[in-house]
Amino acid sequence: MAKVLVVTSGKGGVGKTTSTAALGAALAQQGEKVVVVDFDVGLRNLDLIMGAERRVVFDLINVVQGVAKLSQALIRDKRLENLWLLPASQTRDKDALTDEGVRLVIEDLRTKFDWVLCDSPAGIERGATLAMRYADEAVIVANPEVSSVRDADRIIGMLDSKTAKAEKGEQVKKHVLITRYDTGRATRGEMLNIDDILEILATPLLGIIPESQDVLRASNVGSPVTLNNAASTPARAYADAARRLNGESVAMIVPAERKSFMGRLLGRRAA
Amino acid sequence: MSMNLLRFIRRRSGSAPVARERLQILLAHERGLRSQPDLLGILREEILAVVSRHVVLDPEKVVVRMDRGKSVSTLEVDIELPNGFEKQLAVAS
Ligand SMILES: Nc1ncnc2c1ncn2[C@@H]1O[C@H](COP(=O)(O)OP(=O)(O)O)[C@@H](O)[C@H]1O
Ligand SMILES: [Mg+2]
Repeated sequence: MAKVLVVTSGKGGVGKTTSTAALGAALAQQGEKVVVVDFDVGLRNLDLIMGAERRVVFDLINVVQGVAKLSQALIRDKRLENLWLLPASQTRDKDALTDEGVRLVIEDLRTKFDWVLCDSPAGIERGATLAMRYADEAVIVANPEVSSVRDADRIIGMLDSKTAKAEKGEQVKKHVLITRYDTGRATRGEMLNIDDILEILATPLLGIIPESQDVLRASNVGSPVTLNNAASTPARAYADAARRLNGESVAMIVPAERKSFMGRLLGRRAA
Repeated sequence: MSMNLLRFIRRRSGSAPVARERLQILLAHERGLRSQPDLLGILREEILAVVSRHVVLDPEKVVVRMDRGKSVSTLEVDIELPNGFEKQLAVAS
């Protein structure tokens, strides 16, 4: 049975697109047939992060409006044969997405894939609501920082009230993914603690992704970090998170600080 | 043990505990608001309906705002009327 998963956050720039690409690729590497769908109409980026920006011909809105068939808009990944992308439109108006149109596309995708990952736009407006509308599960991406946690809480409230599942009296299964986690700052008590975030949000943890140069490197070359450097710490953390999505129980690893003695001395003095 | 102690001391000295406390208070408040019906929205609609019975006005020009104070809260209603509305009032009555 296909699962529709929305990657959402409320706040922008926390790592939704990065996480959609990384989790999508990790699930595909683990043998699942996956499509990642960009819902960020007007500000599409998933194509760039996936390295498929020059292969976009049709997009989600073309499919919703019946201009193109789903099969014409889907782009197959060049590295993984069971990974696909449905891009967003860069130019068209946000209002071109309709509730009914989205429902039909998602229903169609369900028949073709094991996982449908929806990359939500930031905010709590129409675009974000439509991205979560038909989800079975949600990954709430949060950074260990007050405004991000507040927005995450707001999004959790929306997942519990504005989704098709919620309206049927069912629950969207929610997971918190903490990204851009900086161990140094965490141990110095400068960053919200993971236990505190989980307690505040009252939602189970899917994974902790460290702040890492590997993520930037991967986005520079247009490859999900799980494909670009599978051995790197963020890639391993994303791969573990993907296994947890698939129901495996994998021990949670809190990213450890890798700092030289000098770095630590300087860090301490600076703090 | 010593590692835990170290963490404890560090945590007390950082700003994270303040962040945690502020968030807990704020979110308790915001969650309460969320579960309530949209009081301001309802007030706005009803005020608009009453005033519209007497004056022709632009619904966009009706603003209802709530300000929460420590002991009292205030409800501010701001309605912009078109010039010459008194004449329309006279006709209505
Ligand atoms: N774990 C990480 N380490 C370092 N940089 C990151 C990490 N996750 C995301 N970023 C960077 O943060 C920025 C925003 O990420 P993005 O995935 O586009 O966020 P969103 O989709 O939520 O707006 C990008 O520049 C991205 O490369
Ligand atoms: Mg994004």
